[in-house]
Amino acid sequence: MKRFLIPLAGFFVLVIFLGIGLTRDPRDLPSPLKDKPAPNFTLPQLADPDKTFSPADMKGKVWLLNVWSSWCVSCRAEHPVLVDFARQSKLPIVGLSYKEVRGDSEIDAGKLSPDAELKLTRQRSNVWLARRGDPYSLVALDLDGRVGIDYGVYGVPETYVIDKAGMIRMKHTGPITPESLKTQILPLVAELSK
Amino acid sequence: MKLRTLLLCCTLMFAGAAMAKEAAPMAADVEVEKRMVAISEELRCLVCQNESLSGSHAELALDLRREIRRMIGEGKTDQEILDFMVARYGDFVRFRPPVKPTTWLLWGGPFLLMAGGVAALIAFLRRRAREDAAPALSEEERRRAAALLDQSNS
Repeated sequence: MKRFLIPLAGFFVLVIFLGIGLTRDPRDLPSPLKDKPAPNFTLPQLADPDKTFSPADMKGKVWLLNVWSSWCVSCRAEHPVLVDFARQSKLPIVGLSYKEVRGDSEIDAGKLSPDAELKLTRQRSNVWLARRGDPYSLVALDLDGRVGIDYGVYGVPETYVIDKAGMIRMKHTGPITPESLKTQILPLVAELSK
Repeated sequence: MKLRTLLLCCTLMFAGAAMAKEAAPMAADVEVEKRMVAISEELRCLVCQNESLSGSHAELALDLRREIRRMIGEGKTDQEILDFMVARYGDFVRFRPPVKPTTWLLWGGPFLLMAGGVAALIAFLRRRAREDAAPALSEEERRRAAALLDQSNS
């Protein structure tokens, strides 16, 4: 009788491991950039075509870098949470507009000139923010996704918490929910702001 | 034989698909293309996680293949290109992650399981051999059997 209990026990161990596996999100990968300096870049701003933004401008501040685009469906779910949060908090949120035109499968971006792409990006982003609210202190435009690659972006929306020294302290993949904001992001921000 | 034909069909099919996608814009340098495919076969597409970067049609995979081409053009070695990807996306991006303490179980696990299986098999075989070797009949039983056989023979 005991001999038959051994495979049965093995089976239950397997079930427990598989069960734990089911509760984990395979899309949520640990970022190797955690506790590393935020990669530098210089990109044009959405509001002012003559101004650029780079992470060095934020030295001494705790801030969020939120990667988004208007074609990204999950960003639509996330946006009200960000707008709400920006209303109550002074934490700077910098938007990184990720491949606004090229990432949209409905547009053949290959046919556009760089100027036309930039213009279309501005227009689309502004319309989106005007309609849904603007939680960002500023938005930087990553037209070709090159900066996104440096940050290891693989699915918008993604959000990075960056500390006063310019180190990435957390990467949040997927839309921010009121829960993840409250349980993960805000406690970390509070600690980093001390 | 059937299996081999099927495999051949699959290979040809995928080769066709890969070429159709790859060759279009930048087939200028066949060598670069070959290296790019070789490297991207080692890398996981993070959007569709069970596909390789070379086989994926995801936007990000296209961008990353372009990056690999650019880096090959800059004269980077294969190792430098792999390091570039790992620095951004982590070890998960490699289909063959490096051997280090966090991946010991991953690499050693199958061998551990096999060792356990072999140990169980050996234990089982030994026990059976012992049972076979043990005299099936005691002296007393043997004598009785012999007596019975004698009886029936006579």
